[in-house]
Amino acid sequence: MNSQHDAKIRFILNGQDVELSGFSPRLTVLDWLRLDRRLTGSKEGCAEGDCGACTILVGRLENGRVLYETVNSCIRFVGTLHGTHVVTIEHLKSTDGRLHPVQQAMVDLHGSQCGFCTPGIVMSLYALWLNEEKPSRERIEQALQGNLCRCTGYEPIVKAAEKASEIRPDPLAEPLCATNDSIAGRLAAIRASGSVLVRSEEGSFFIPSHVGDLASFMGEHPHATMVAGSTDVGLWVTKLGRRIDPVVYIGPVSELQGVSHEETGIRIGAAVSYSSAIGEITARFPAFGALIPRIGGEQVRNMGTIGGNVANGSPIGDTPPVLIALDADIVLRSHEAVRSVKAEDYFIEYGKQDRQRHEFVESIHIPYLSEEAVFSVYKISKRRDEDITAVLGAFYLELDKHHRVNAIRLAYGGMAGIPKRARTVENALLGQFWREDVVRSAADSLGSDFQPLTDWRATADYRLLAARNLLLRFYLESRGEQASLVRFAAGGRQ
Amino acid sequence: MNKMDVIFREEISAPLHSELKHDSAHKHVTGEADYIDDMPLPEGALHMAAGLSDRAHAHIVSIDLSEVEATEGVRLVLTARDIPGHNDIGPNHRDDEPLLAEKKIEFHGQMVFAVVADTREIARAAARKAKFEYEDLPHATDLTDARALGYPLVTDPLTLKRGDVDSALKAAPRTLKGQMRIGGQEHFYLESHIAVAIPGEDDEVTVWSSTQHPSEIQHMVANILDIPSHAVTVFTRRMGGGFGGKETQGNQFAALSALAAKRLKRAVKFRPDRDEDMSLTGKRHDFLVDYETGFDDEGRILAVKANFAARCGFSSDLSGPVTDRALFHADNAYYYPDVLLTSEPIKTNTVSNTAFRGFGGPQGVVGGERIIEEIAYAIGVDPLEIRKRNFYAIDGDERCLTPYHQKVEDNIIQRIVDELERSSDYQARREEIVRFNRASRIIRKGIALTPVKFGISFTFTPFNQAGALVHIYQDGSIHLNHGGTEMGQGLYTKVAQVLADEFQVDIDRVKITATTTGKVPNTSATAASSGSDLNGMAAYDAARQIKDRLFAFAAEKWGVPVSQVEFLPNRVRVGEHEIPFPHFVKQAYMARVHLSAAGFYKTPKIHWDRAKGQGRPFFYYAYGASVSEVSIDTLTGEYQIERTDILHDVGKSLNPAIDKGQVEGAFVQGTGWLTTEELWWDSKGRLRTHAPSTYKIPLASDRPRIFNVKLAEWSENREMTIGRSKAVGEPPFMLGISVLEALSMAVASVADYKVCPRLDAPATPERILMAVEKLRSR
Repeated sequence: MNSQHDAKIRFILNGQDVELSGFSPRLTVLDWLRLDRRLTGSKEGCAEGDCGACTILVGRLENGRVLYETVNSCIRFVGTLHGTHVVTIEHLKSTDGRLHPVQQAMVDLHGSQCGFCTPGIVMSLYALWLNEEKPSRERIEQALQGNLCRCTGYEPIVKAAEKASEIRPDPLAEPLCATNDSIAGRLAAIRASGSVLVRSEEGSFFIPSHVGDLASFMGEHPHATMVAGSTDVGLWVTKLGRRIDPVVYIGPVSELQGVSHEETGIRIGAAVSYSSAIGEITARFPAFGALIPRIGGEQVRNMGTIGGNVANGSPIGDTPPVLIALDADIVLRSHEAVRSVKAEDYFIEYGKQDRQRHEFVESIHIPYLSEEAVFSVYKISKRRDEDITAVLGAFYLELDKHHRVNAIRLAYGGMAGIPKRARTVENALLGQFWREDVVRSAADSLGSDFQPLTDWRATADYRLLAARNLLLRFYLESRGEQASLVRFAAGGRQ
Repeated sequence: MNKMDVIFREEISAPLHSELKHDSAHKHVTGEADYIDDMPLPEGALHMAAGLSDRAHAHIVSIDLSEVEATEGVRLVLTARDIPGHNDIGPNHRDDEPLLAEKKIEFHGQMVFAVVADTREIARAAARKAKFEYEDLPHATDLTDARALGYPLVTDPLTLKRGDVDSALKAAPRTLKGQMRIGGQEHFYLESHIAVAIPGEDDEVTVWSSTQHPSEIQHMVANILDIPSHAVTVFTRRMGGGFGGKETQGNQFAALSALAAKRLKRAVKFRPDRDEDMSLTGKRHDFLVDYETGFDDEGRILAVKANFAARCGFSSDLSGPVTDRALFHADNAYYYPDVLLTSEPIKTNTVSNTAFRGFGGPQGVVGGERIIEEIAYAIGVDPLEIRKRNFYAIDGDERCLTPYHQKVEDNIIQRIVDELERSSDYQARREEIVRFNRASRIIRKGIALTPVKFGISFTFTPFNQAGALVHIYQDGSIHLNHGGTEMGQGLYTKVAQVLADEFQVDIDRVKITATTTGKVPNTSATAASSGSDLNGMAAYDAARQIKDRLFAFAAEKWGVPVSQVEFLPNRVRVGEHEIPFPHFVKQAYMARVHLSAAGFYKTPKIHWDRAKGQGRPFFYYAYGASVSEVSIDTLTGEYQIERTDILHDVGKSLNPAIDKGQVEGAFVQGTGWLTTEELWWDSKGRLRTHAPSTYKIPLASDRPRIFNVKLAEWSENREMTIGRSKAVGEPPFMLGISVLEALSMAVASVADYKVCPRLDAPATPERILMAVEKLRSR
């Protein structure tokens, strides 16, 4: 590492410029806000990105504008704030003491009881209010997926979101709208200044500015911890007390950003968040797109990346089975080479992936679906939203003109130490007529593909039975039958 | 003076029964409401962390704390030997709940030592460095294992008995018996436990604690430090949720921080992280209910015999009264002619289970409703019909007598259920659902209407007392303090309304102040839904005392009869004069009128003889009912709540907005208990669902797709409660049972409703699917 790196990070906090150096790479945004700045409106409820009491907004440059998104400050590292505008609950009330319309709606509709979750909920509703006009109840619920409230039962909070949406942001008076251009300019200036290396007694925090920088850093420090959304690594610190230095934060690396449409498929940069990718993914792979709102809460989706989901190789990651069923490629880069691995081959065994320590995931390539392809994704969890998968099935099917199985990929998560395909079942189906009796009998051999575990999410028996039944659901739905719950079937509320 | 009259409004800003907003709402939404972790600490404050066992049951052979002590920044390590007083924080003083384990570990994650360091991070990191040597013992985390190992009861069981149940069972035309498992529940208050102790002179110590029971914190700190209670002052301004989880469970954090603060002469904060909080603090009791019932061909209950076994954890804590309350509610709203109910509070190697909204009552009600369901499926009629046939009579006859020999005198369940049945269009929807299920292969629906009757009062009669302290200052502003604590339920708001209404002043004239043992002593926990009943009355009493003095003063000063003195909105009428409240108060001060009073209240009429199982433990009952409609996926067991309608009785509501919030929140929390909230221990006895990533409370998207909640506006408490209101905290929790029963009906559809599915709780997707499979394989 050489002296060309900046030794401090720069960002904006509630409109004020901040420069920080010498901080621990493990320092979370929440601890910094509460302990250092004494901004105690953001609360710690779980320190794992599940309850949302710590929710703040982070504004980042996107197409020349500042896009404000909710994040969990409890699992985000301070170093990752470089080049952003951090907005906390303390920034909402106007200088003359008037409550913000979102806050006023929460008060008017009795949306708080104990009040501990409330600042986080207000921030989630605030981001929704800023970014969406007249959100549907489904969108409001999605915006609140990452916020737990134990007192109200949520009804008044949802109504407050609706009431607040009756007032639209005044582009001249609403601070985050009125200042957008000037903040964007200030953030662009920070971004232009290149890479950052912050050293402290507790290790270093590196922010490369381009992919070559990252590759050479990883070449020199193969044991560095790579952080994108920190929705996993954050917990290594808050829950396990682990040392993670040196940390390399890949968020700002432009080559790892963006979703591009290529001739054979789409390419998703490793540092693209779920929220940024969902539009393009939904357009091309609707079943994959429909899964994304069931991964974490909105805060987690604003931080977390598909690249990270793949790189960490969790057996219960939601996207790997999908990528396997879609026959995606993982592109790995190092300072020496770039190579491509089939998603299916990337996961070797529990805790082991086909990735060298100095390599990193650069992008993921997903081939477009052929016209005859049927593709579905089903996730089962104890709670529908913001829960970790018990069983996930991602199924790809092509039939020939005689209705025989021409190609099939049945990938499961939660069924083994790695996400993997049900090869025995696939073989039993390949070349066969796509009929219920055939599917049922093939599905019975799922037990030879998987011997799942029992844990707090599900028993082995349930996992196997549900995995089998998901295949049946896939069959029925491929025939146009209703075989899963219709959300919002009631058509609105009274 | 009279000129000012014209500006007075005809009504004060927030009279009793009006929808005043929560007193802290504007601070909640701005982040300006301070919780204990937000308070600035005195200079040099230190932080505490817990050292936990990693065995469920073992003798401690040795503990090596040298690495903990050697960690840079560590100031003190406390073990059981450092406790000057008595190493017991159990509320019963049975010597069964050590603050720090000394010789024996009784559950996985039990606290053995505590570390004080310069920062929270250092303390936590150091706490992980202890080296334990154990001699393992066989452990029992669940009831079946505990019975197999012959584990004792943690406290005396209760028997409720009327008539001769065995003869009645023998004589009954039909009988059935069964068993039900009901899971526990983690409170998941959003603010985890916390205490800050600040040392004072001599033996004094001040403790800020997130507790529902400041007086008990005071006693426990005194007990641990071996000092008198007068040396300990406890403050609680607000909790970030309690739900019963902060009734006794805060003792350990308060006592240890106080002990360290006195030793180090510095302020000490103890805030466990979420995982430690969930491992270290008790939960709702899991129950195993064995029931037997006799009934006639119309489904009228003739006899009920049931045993309620509870997973109590390693100590008694509140397990005695919790299991008692399960029995008190095993009848729910139904008359049992001959009955025998027994409790079995079993010891287990788990954290000691504790109070949780409903306090055993919900488990009793779920057991009672299972019996109704069984009878309905056995006879082949809608469970609602069986419910109606078994409701307590409205008045007079012997069909009003509970298993504990209290007469139900205020029964309104028939009216509640009838109104709800009509307003929710129950019958037509049920028919439609049966039709739908006949035609639908994979998706099935269910609907259920379940009632609630809940007894209000602490069953330990002495707890039914409360105090309040009211001052009026010379400028006419009013200082309000009472023994109740604020955990989000709006108690402070309601009691302030009582006071404002009594003095006829605008609400902003009343300042609500933090609950503290120094102002109102010997308080009971804010629990058993009793907060506003007790503290509202105590504040009312204080106000009456001051008013009586003011009446006498005015009558004398202006020479009018007392009947000519009247508190009008923001003014006092004395004969022909109307005097603004502040001026009136100032004159009273000048005339040396005592403008401060300590109010007191004790609930009348109640008495309870536990040994006999007879008495009147409850002052009155609160009622309610809910109808829920659900859909299930019979391939995966996934489900959703399509619609819920609720009609709930809070008497004449002190604040309908706050009460409706309690009803909605309680319903969703009750639904969570019965659906997705599952506690899971591994084979080593370790709780593996110890954070929100693994323990799933309801989200916004889990609430019913259509949610209609109404208060029974016509209801008034027959008893002389404050404003004729009724308690609201706990009763609506049991409205969630309609969801469990609706799920059960949807499952039953796969066997054409001929078999009771016997769905255990929580009804996770897995339990739904397995119940479907069981019925299909018959």
